[in-house]
Amino acid sequence: MAKETGIISWKKLDLGTAILSPGSAQSLKTGDWRSMRPVVDYDVCIRCGRCYIYCPDMVYVKVETGHYEPNYYYCKGCGICANECPVQAIKMVEEGD
Amino acid sequence: MGKRVGMEVSIAAAEAVGMADVDLIAAYPITPQTHVVEHLSELVADGHLDAEFVPVESEHSAMSTCVGSSAAGARTFTSTSSQGYALMAEICYIAAGLRLPIVMVVANRALSAPINIWNDHADMMMSRDTGWIQTIAENGQEVVDLIFHAFRVAEDHRVLLPFIINMDGFTLSHVIEPIILPDKEEVARYLPPFKPALRLDPKHPVTIGPVGMPDVYTEAKKVHDEVLKASKDVIVEAWKELGDQFGRYYKPVETYKTEDAENLLFTMGSISETAMTAIDAMRESGKKVGLVHLRLWRPFPSDEIYEAMKGAKAIAIVDRALTLNGVCGPVCAEIKSTLYDRKFHPYIKNYIAGLGGRDVTVDNFVEMMDKLAESAGRGDPMGYEIVGVKE
Repeated sequence: MAKETGIISWKKLDLGTAILSPGSAQSLKTGDWRSMRPVVDYDVCIRCGRCYIYCPDMVYVKVETGHYEPNYYYCKGCGICANECPVQAIKMVEEGD
Repeated sequence: MGKRVGMEVSIAAAEAVGMADVDLIAAYPITPQTHVVEHLSELVADGHLDAEFVPVESEHSAMSTCVGSSAAGARTFTSTSSQGYALMAEICYIAAGLRLPIVMVVANRALSAPINIWNDHADMMMSRDTGWIQTIAENGQEVVDLIFHAFRVAEDHRVLLPFIINMDGFTLSHVIEPIILPDKEEVARYLPPFKPALRLDPKHPVTIGPVGMPDVYTEAKKVHDEVLKASKDVIVEAWKELGDQFGRYYKPVETYKTEDAENLLFTMGSISETAMTAIDAMRESGKKVGLVHLRLWRPFPSDEIYEAMKGAKAIAIVDRALTLNGVCGPVCAEIKSTLYDRKFHPYIKNYIAGLGGRDVTVDNFVEMMDKLAESAGRGDPMGYEIVGVKE
């Protein structure tokens, strides 16, 4: 027999594969097909938070210093943050570089 | 006790949906639509039915609206046909995968090209794999009864699947027949109010319709397969209760004069009544023939088909659609598969008949059965044949 490869028994799926508790996407790693990665230069950053506002995947998290740091676990590398940054503090870098 | 009326079958279907106390009807009102939703819009507009009627801009939107409505916990109905059904097909798969008990009447008609909106089963066969439960009616009374039955089964928490009642376009949808319409109170006794197992509710947020990655999609399909197969017991149980209450009993597979029959004819839909007349005529001339006719199309009643056909020498299977696979028609393929699995290998000839509104007559059936006997006697290759095609 082929090895079972699913993550949950078909008998335990909720009705219509519905998700009954909100926020479950947090545990879903969706950043692994990224080809470009945003890198922030915190010496240039003015902490305006536009990267945080414009990111479609809520990748940026505010840290104690008032800066915003990207969580690459969810980042798709779309580059919107780099485009919107008013002081060009964010550069898109090839993955693997 | 209800009343016996002479009524166009589409209008009677609308009356039945109204008696089922539906909450929302979404429909695209232009050809190939039928009077089913036209009459429902009248019932709502005239204040006879307390429901939302949503006239949308396409059948794709009609089924999308139904998905939202059913997910919100409303008893939901729509109706379509032919090309409109084809446009709706994308969302039909979603309604089934999300386990939403939407009920739909399909007036079965041909698919283009050439443009043709007359009766055949091309649209039914196009959507055979959408994962809905599907029954098929032979007359107007059955359309009405099968609508009550559909809501009852679809909403049963052991099932929770969308449900189609197929009725032949024009041959049934546009003819006036004598029909017993029950009282609304009788229907309410048979059909309890819809209690959704899961619904969209801002107080209890859930996600209906999320992505299913490769690590869960297979399991989701497995559930659907198991639930659809298991629905047969509920379908049969609900038919039994319908019979006990209204006096009209239905089975997944019906038989007519098959007890001592050597050769069998197989049909589905309204031509089955013509086929019974043909069987009577052939019996009078001493031919040992019988009819097997199908009422439940999905889930496919394999066991019942085998029980009805076992022991036959030769079988003529009538398909009302051409699969264009060069092998045989869609219903014939499933019957052959069923019988092969059970190691019963009779002589089977497949007749493709009644395409795009061409009549299927008593003479057609007699000719099919005579040719079946001759071909089986000679041991001709089995295969399929398009009946009455002009060379």
